[in-house]
Amino acid sequence: MSMVERPATSSFWNDTGKTGIAAWIFSTDHKRIGLLYFYSVLGFFLVGVLLGLLLRIELMAPGRTIMGPQTYNALFTVHGVVMIFLFIIPGFPGAFGNLLMPIQIGARDVAFPRLNLLSWWLYMIGAATILTALFTGGGPPDTGWTFYVPFSARTGTNVSLAVLGVFIVGFSSILTGVNFVTTIHRLRAEGMTWGRLPLFVWSLYATAWVQILATPILGITLVLIIAERLLGTGLFDPGRGGDPLMYQHLFWIYSHPAVYIMILPAMGVVTEIIPVFSRKPIFGYKMIAFSSLAIAAAGSLVWGHHMYTSGMSDNAVLVFSFLTFIVAIPSAIKVFNWVSTLYKGSISLEAPMLFALSFILLFSIGGLAGLILGAAATDIHVHDTHFVVGHFHYVIFGGSGFAFLGAMHYWLPKFYGRRYAEKPAVVGWAMMFVGFNILYFSMMVLGMKGMPRRYYDYLPEFAPLNLASTIGSWILAAGLVLLLVNLFRGLFRGEPFGNNPWGGATLEWAIPTPPSTENFEQDPVVTHGPYDFKRAGMP
Amino acid sequence: MDPNLLTTSRAVDPIFMIIFGVSLALLFGITATMVVFVIRYRRSRSPEPTSQADGNVWLEIVWIVLPTLLVMAMFYYGWSGYLSLRTIPKNALPVTATARMWSWNFTYANGKTSPKLYVPVGQPVVVNLVSEDVLHGFFIPAFRVKRDIVPGMKNHVWFVADKAGSYDLFCSQFCGTGHSAMITTVEAIPAAQFAAWLEGGKGGEPAGRELLEKHGCLGCHSLDGTPKVGPSLKGIWGRRVTVVTGGVERTITVDGEYLRRSIREPNADLVKGFPPVMPSYAGRLTDAEVTAVVKFLEQLR
Repeated sequence: MSMVERPATSSFWNDTGKTGIAAWIFSTDHKRIGLLYFYSVLGFFLVGVLLGLLLRIELMAPGRTIMGPQTYNALFTVHGVVMIFLFIIPGFPGAFGNLLMPIQIGARDVAFPRLNLLSWWLYMIGAATILTALFTGGGPPDTGWTFYVPFSARTGTNVSLAVLGVFIVGFSSILTGVNFVTTIHRLRAEGMTWGRLPLFVWSLYATAWVQILATPILGITLVLIIAERLLGTGLFDPGRGGDPLMYQHLFWIYSHPAVYIMILPAMGVVTEIIPVFSRKPIFGYKMIAFSSLAIAAAGSLVWGHHMYTSGMSDNAVLVFSFLTFIVAIPSAIKVFNWVSTLYKGSISLEAPMLFALSFILLFSIGGLAGLILGAAATDIHVHDTHFVVGHFHYVIFGGSGFAFLGAMHYWLPKFYGRRYAEKPAVVGWAMMFVGFNILYFSMMVLGMKGMPRRYYDYLPEFAPLNLASTIGSWILAAGLVLLLVNLFRGLFRGEPFGNNPWGGATLEWAIPTPPSTENFEQDPVVTHGPYDFKRAGMP
Repeated sequence: MDPNLLTTSRAVDPIFMIIFGVSLALLFGITATMVVFVIRYRRSRSPEPTSQADGNVWLEIVWIVLPTLLVMAMFYYGWSGYLSLRTIPKNALPVTATARMWSWNFTYANGKTSPKLYVPVGQPVVVNLVSEDVLHGFFIPAFRVKRDIVPGMKNHVWFVADKAGSYDLFCSQFCGTGHSAMITTVEAIPAAQFAAWLEGGKGGEPAGRELLEKHGCLGCHSLDGTPKVGPSLKGIWGRRVTVVTGGVERTITVDGEYLRRSIREPNADLVKGFPPVMPSYAGRLTDAEVTAVVKFLEQLR
């Protein structure tokens, strides 16, 4: 095989003249940093998938299958920490936000390119710290990704170091948020009014505010855990006048808004893909942009719905349940607008569109299951059961994860200049979709039947559905392997990808494939909206 | 079974039905619309878009107002059902549940204790929740009730069994290695039988075994030879085991002195291959009680 051939024209891959690893890990180009993030988060995603598959094999049958209870507890903790803090929170802003956002607003880079590089470095240092925690001291943490006290203050496992790693990763997230807010305010091209911002940029903007405002609280909380463990401060220890519930409040004040860091940009991706593959302007631009801000704002006030059974006062349950239902409304608005965009369009079911449409379905199932969890009476039964695990994976994997895969198929060819083969991508998507529903719908039914989460072993009555769930995980994994092999084969050896084969009207489709380091030869002047295909010159 | 008795399941199940019903209708509507649009407007049949509509104020208003009304109704029903779960009936029988890593113990008003939760059919029971160590969760799926057990905090759950039977009781809040083994049952028995059980004697069981149950030892140490979180107690007397003392391995024969020390300082001579997770029982068992336990273990072959 010959060397991978890049298109003859110069692009950000070669136009700086710098090569070698240093030209990447010290580059301040938003596209190179975006790809650094992309491969880092993808690596951690695959680690998380592997851990998830091992957990499912253990749960395939009651009793011990391949590991003991302590190993199982460590694995589900690491699965959660890796997937949440190292994949899906940094995933969209870090990878696709960096790759696309400056181009979509007509800028040459983000406002603070060196700070952007520092974000990636902090992310990697934090990740390395978390990985170190797995193999040193008392072994991998066994507390669940929620690190609930008093257990997390007592366990002999390496909680302090893992928590320190998450703390460092948190700074990376805050810096990205600051960078993006500044960039979107200050670096929009001439004519790129707020009403012409692509909705992916709007979603990143709302996300960035959550990153800035909520992440410091996580930082404080994690420092308090370390203080509790090392200094015995007793803040959370009832034996010394502390309160375990205070920890839960502090933790969820960040970690509930964090799910909007995970889902908002995913909604943004879907909002980009659907109009392009329907050749129709997005339906309800203003409502979709507004609903992103509304979700970010209202979503910051609903953390207590994780705590209905915690012993928190009944009045607090009343307020948090009410606010939780309020958040459902902007999400519903988005779904209705996406579906309406299809009306009288010209719909092409290519891979990115399949991911976008399946996002709507899976996100709706997850969201509607969320109504059961938001209602005070019904939450009591399903709280801390596999219903919650199923609900969360429907929203975050079926939602954000599928959108991430859709974004990979939609945008990566633009940066590589080559594309994947269509048929294997569709087959891979179909396998994932089927496997996904078997895997997680079984979990929701198990939860309804009363199987608690974080159970290493279970009663015989839960066995058939657990087996089904495990088989689903294999179908899902097989589809994922096919999809990724096909995608990366295509990016390096596939058919050439033109400047705008999908027919998009946002700015990234108006520049050469792959883009140059400067993105635009001269500063663009924007004269039409992001989904005005007619005026962008589409057929 | 009394169909008019207000049970916790009867307070909650209709709300499940309402939310599931609305959700299914919405999901069906969204999916069907999507499928119809994709089929009708696929590119092979509709090569050009036939509309460039990018919004409609009236439609937007409809789909803001409609979901708002629906979710407010769900909120209301959810809250009213929750109030039923929180309002303890007047004639409720009080029981204290003590949770610890990783076992349950139930104490009745007359001082009787039991590792299973015996309740009379038809009479509401209010369970006061006490944790001796970390967070636990009290969860009976059959009665749709759950409440975290927080050390140092007063919490309660009430329910009523309207049918005799045995119902699973799980720990629902993650509490470490033995979390999934922290399972017991609710035994609902007819009122007369319950009264007799409550006043019943110790049943001729040795006091040592009662102490093991009461203090949760059996959550981790089985009596039938199966190793759980800790070594089994069956035949422990006279067993030759490898223990780790201050990082050094040595082989000893289990005797009364070793058992007494291990109850008070579990990590002093830790049996190799088991995690150092057992709490100290110094001060929690009297000398006489330790003697009773050791005596019981000596006979347990």
